[in-house]
Amino acid sequence: MNQKYLIPLTAVFLLFLIAYTGVEGAGLQWFFGIVFPYVAIIAFLAGFVYKVLGWASSAVPFRIPTTCGQQKSLPWIKQNTIDNPDTSTGVFVRMILEIFLFRSLFRNTKAAFNRNVSNRLSYSWEIFLWIGALAFHYSFLVVVLRHFRFFTSPVPSCITMLEYIDGIVQLGLPGIFLSGVVLLAAALFLLARRIFDTKVTYISQAADYFPLFLIIGIAATGLAMRYFTKVDIIGIKTLTMGLATFSPTIPEGVGGLFYAHLFLVSILFAYFPASKLMHMGGIFLSPTRNMANNTRAKRHVNPWNYDVKTHTYEEYEDHFREKMIEAGLPVDKPLDKKE
Amino acid sequence: MNKSYIITGLVIFVLAVLSPFWFNMITDTQAAPEPELLGKAKTEKKCVLEKYEMRANHMSLLDEWRDSVVRNADRQYKAANGHSFNMSLSTGENSCLGCHEDKAKFCDSCHTYASVDPYCWECHTNPKEIE
Repeated sequence: MNQKYLIPLTAVFLLFLIAYTGVEGAGLQWFFGIVFPYVAIIAFLAGFVYKVLGWASSAVPFRIPTTCGQQKSLPWIKQNTIDNPDTSTGVFVRMILEIFLFRSLFRNTKAAFNRNVSNRLSYSWEIFLWIGALAFHYSFLVVVLRHFRFFTSPVPSCITMLEYIDGIVQLGLPGIFLSGVVLLAAALFLLARRIFDTKVTYISQAADYFPLFLIIGIAATGLAMRYFTKVDIIGIKTLTMGLATFSPTIPEGVGGLFYAHLFLVSILFAYFPASKLMHMGGIFLSPTRNMANNTRAKRHVNPWNYDVKTHTYEEYEDHFREKMIEAGLPVDKPLDKKE
Repeated sequence: MNKSYIITGLVIFVLAVLSPFWFNMITDTQAAPEPELLGKAKTEKKCVLEKYEMRANHMSLLDEWRDSVVRNADRQYKAANGHSFNMSLSTGENSCLGCHEDKAKFCDSCHTYASVDPYCWECHTNPKEIE
């Protein structure tokens, strides 16, 4: 047991209970269903914009060529144009692959002692972080996009299409959506990795566990509502459409579990800009990924250099020419003939 | 990274996050369907489950009914209110559609609104549609 994950776990439980009891006991539907979601979305957008503008206005470091391939060199040496690009096209491809396929995680290695007599420390490729991250991020994306059915009426056909593909296995009634199950499984895997891999436990802080528990809580309440306890979906859509059209209403017959789900989502949104989750915006600004390695081909002048007051040799000689000649020192320009 | 790219990206992101709001402003938003009891259901006033439970749970109930009929040949459902119902979606007077006569209003209006596409009708037919 470790405080670093017990405290976030307790916090998520408490947040769940606050919303659940607040609705079931105190009848605070208007707060958890209307006020807090609006506050959260404002906090999310304002915080996100503030953070990114802060990054945008800070100094861009000199191009850091931490690359994974041969840089542009002599014509007969083959360049790795994606891993070590010298053009903006190459950088664009590298960024696209980083954002959509997480290539940095693909290169993840682990250090371990050999399980034989030699007992040597060796590094090996560890692909499961990459697989877990891909499963997590893509299923989360699909889940978020699927929720557009609660904010649009009529629902656009692209969302219907997505639901069709997501529900293609037609298991049970209501039919299972693969993305929800994969999301929960992947989040649990990423959590297990932090808890059971001692080297990862060592570098994990409460701020690493909290978003994981929060997302697990959101996925669990969502799945519980859809597959187990069941909710009045028309009532819920009345509420969400009310939020989207700025005419909020509180429907009858919707229980605390829905408000707890909504509250956890609102907490995630409000917490987002202050947390590590800002890598969503930050990945675009990764200095080692988004700059071409052309430091030898192009001169990069420090943009905030001030004008240094210089005194060149010519100026020096102009100043002291007569004295230099008197002292017998050689001069570049002879003394002007005075008329 | 170039500042103008960052601002462009940020504007796109903010617009994407706010899409539920502006999407409903630029398109005609359909109001929530008003469930109404028609025909026989209007006079009978007794259903298999209580109203909100029925709204939330009817799909599970139908799933259980399907298993019960197909696997155990048990077609009678004794409801909590004491009435007995025929476990059937569309066959006979005592089935779901036997009482709630208008499929478009009883099933489709809410399903379309919530973007639910149940596969009931891949096997069952709406009795009204049979000539």
